[in-house]
Amino acid sequence: MAIQQEFTFTIFSENHVGLLNQITSVFTRRHLNIESLTTSESAILGIHKFTIVVFSNQEEVEKTAKQIEKKIDVIKCFYFKADEIIHQEVALYKVPTEMILNGNEIENIVRKYSARILEITSEYTVIEKTGHKSETQELFEQLDQYGVTQFTRSGRIAITKLKTELLEKYLKKLDFDDIDYEDEPTSLYN
Amino acid sequence: METQTKTEMKETKKRQAVNMTGAEAIIRSLIAEETETIFGYPGGAMIPTYDALYNFEKEVNHILVRHEQGAIHAAQGFARVTGKTGVAMVTSGPGATNTVTGLADAMLDSTPLVVITGQVGSSLLGTDAFQETDVVGITQPITKWNFQVKKAEDIPYAIAKAFFIARSGRPGPVLIDITKDAQTAQFDYLYKKIKSIRSYIPRPTIDKSSIESAVQLINLAKKPMILAGQGIILGNAEQELITFAEKTGIPVAWTLLGLSSIPSNHPLNIGMLGMHGNYGPNIKTNEADLIIAIGMRFDDRVTGDLNSYAIKAKVIHLEIDPAEINKNVHADVPVLGDVKDSLPLLTEKVNKNNHESWLEEFKACDRIEKTRIIEKEINPPTGGIKMGEVIHKVSTAFNDDAIMVTDVGQHQMMSSRYFKFKQSRSVVTSGGLGTMGFGLPAAIGAKLGNPERPVCLFVGDGGLQMTIQEMGTILQSKIPVKIVLLNNNYLGMVRQWQELFFESRYSSTNLINPDFQTIAKGYKIESNKVTNREDLQNAVEKMITHNGPYLLEVLVEKEGNVFPMVPAGASVSDIRLE
Ligand SMILES: Cc1ncc(C[n+]2csc(CCOP(=O)(O)OP(=O)(O)O)c2C)c(N)n1
Ligand SMILES: [Mg+2]
Repeated sequence: MAIQQEFTFTIFSENHVGLLNQITSVFTRRHLNIESLTTSESAILGIHKFTIVVFSNQEEVEKTAKQIEKKIDVIKCFYFKADEIIHQEVALYKVPTEMILNGNEIENIVRKYSARILEITSEYTVIEKTGHKSETQELFEQLDQYGVTQFTRSGRIAITKLKTELLEKYLKKLDFDDIDYEDEPTSLYN
Repeated sequence: METQTKTEMKETKKRQAVNMTGAEAIIRSLIAEETETIFGYPGGAMIPTYDALYNFEKEVNHILVRHEQGAIHAAQGFARVTGKTGVAMVTSGPGATNTVTGLADAMLDSTPLVVITGQVGSSLLGTDAFQETDVVGITQPITKWNFQVKKAEDIPYAIAKAFFIARSGRPGPVLIDITKDAQTAQFDYLYKKIKSIRSYIPRPTIDKSSIESAVQLINLAKKPMILAGQGIILGNAEQELITFAEKTGIPVAWTLLGLSSIPSNHPLNIGMLGMHGNYGPNIKTNEADLIIAIGMRFDDRVTGDLNSYAIKAKVIHLEIDPAEINKNVHADVPVLGDVKDSLPLLTEKVNKNNHESWLEEFKACDRIEKTRIIEKEINPPTGGIKMGEVIHKVSTAFNDDAIMVTDVGQHQMMSSRYFKFKQSRSVVTSGGLGTMGFGLPAAIGAKLGNPERPVCLFVGDGGLQMTIQEMGTILQSKIPVKIVLLNNNYLGMVRQWQELFFESRYSSTNLINPDFQTIAKGYKIESNKVTNREDLQNAVEKMITHNGPYLLEVLVEKEGNVFPMVPAGASVSDIRLE
């Protein structure tokens, strides 16, 4: 049995309707559970970026990446082990304001975890923490002693430790002269 | 300066554009992609396009099928024999869903298709309107690409992209779903073919170092084997394969879809791989020291148990689709690229060689298979008529040079074992999906694609009844296909498994059949039925000389089995001769 570990996929695609479905279906077919998923625009205009975290092994991940890249509208699919990227997640916690007013504990926890308070109303207080999943999870456990009424954590965002943007290098390699996508009607994908 | 020319070009473009409806643009776009034959069936969401088609009877031949599954399988048959892109056109909802089986089939067998489906008006999308289905959603995993068009002005671009994607790289089916309002709206039409898409690299560049490594392995190998797949046919690389094999003297085994990529009687041809393939190529796979896989994907029906497959061999994999490399079998040397380009690079560099004694080992296997299986199948002295003898007689009567189409089952495996080929693109069969009902419509498409050559369908009594309605298409469009019905009154292939692996418990495999000749008569198709061996030869000749479509029903042995057989999940070394 190959070693199971965490992998982060970074997938660049055209910004078309239905692409999320196309990409996740490759994971579903292979019975790979998606731990976290984020989609956003990339640094390059018109190109969309997906960040997907899974637990798997090298061989499976390699095959999955090739099947994703096979999708016509996917430009490039990269994957990284945990030590090859810098990544973050954002977590929001809602606690009753009276718990804060009743003592210093919550304030101390917020300081200790370098979290910050986003909003205070008479009923509730919203705290934010950015970090790795283990860190935001730890803070949750701390705060929950005082009763967290709502908790949410974002999907992962990640950036590589490489000097150049992988996709830009790839796009530069393509010979744009014989690509006539500028003729593409702008209404096509709206 | 440059921008000036660009604006000028845009101006000229505008002047060249012609105002028309989306519907007319669909037909004109198809014609611009050299479409001569469309297989289709109309309906509410497609009426505008069928109306436009009415004016183009001289330019395109529309074949009205009897069921949309028939349309798509016919388009597949057409594509497989011509190398062109098959085109099908159907309405929304049930019309579109009826193409699903064919799309999945074409996806697995890499068949280039463009399927146009009508869709309800764009304002009705997502409202569960009459005959609205999420066709793009349903067909996403079984198309190479699909797309919904909601505006007339997007039609030419979407169709151009569809054809480019369907036929380039590893081919496959593309579906374009076009709303009814896009068909009726007017716009300025201008067509331009597409030559590239930035997110898609159809032909990966060949890594020269992989060629060097492959050449080294080939020159050192003592027991090398070529596995020839459909990639050779799709890449028009038949001659390149033969030149390579002849220079190196390496024996060539073909996969089911690789059939006819090299002539049957070529001295280096050692027969078919896989579950019901030949004895030699299967058993010798585990003695080979080098496997050169060309345009094939190591399907489980070819490899059997992967842990005991090609145990002594290094593997060179020539393949156009990166996702196939290392998917099932590890490639020691992957050669990514179009085999039309990579094969000559290998041929140029490898040493001239021969492998006489290794080839002799295959011939020894052939002799075993011949006495223990083939002779009994094609020259049985007594007993019921065997499928093998019918197929052998038909092949010989066609001078081993007809296009063979099959349905799925025992007769399919028997046909691929006993029919012989002189030229490429002579086989149309459902490999990856194994779709019963594929045969009759695929034969119609094959005949329309290549009217010059005889097209002979082998079909079972089960499969024929899955798309038997296409006899109506044969009647209406006068398509002279020869249909050989190998009737065992059983779902034979399933019955064989029940006999071998389920203690002969024939659960739901026995068929009470209609009088097929009466049905054929209803469709004005000439027919004959053979029940005695003595009548077979004459009947075959009569079928061949008959001018027009023909059904030859042969009552074959009820419980015949296809051998050899690699039982599912077993090793290729455990191939059974009986
Ligand atoms: C659409 C479909 N349904 C079921 C099967 C499973 N199946 C494979 S072969 C076979 C029997 C085919 O019987 P027949 O057409 O009479 O051919 P024979 O094997 O007798 O030559 C069946 C049911 C299939 N391949 N395709
Ligand atoms: Mg049968």
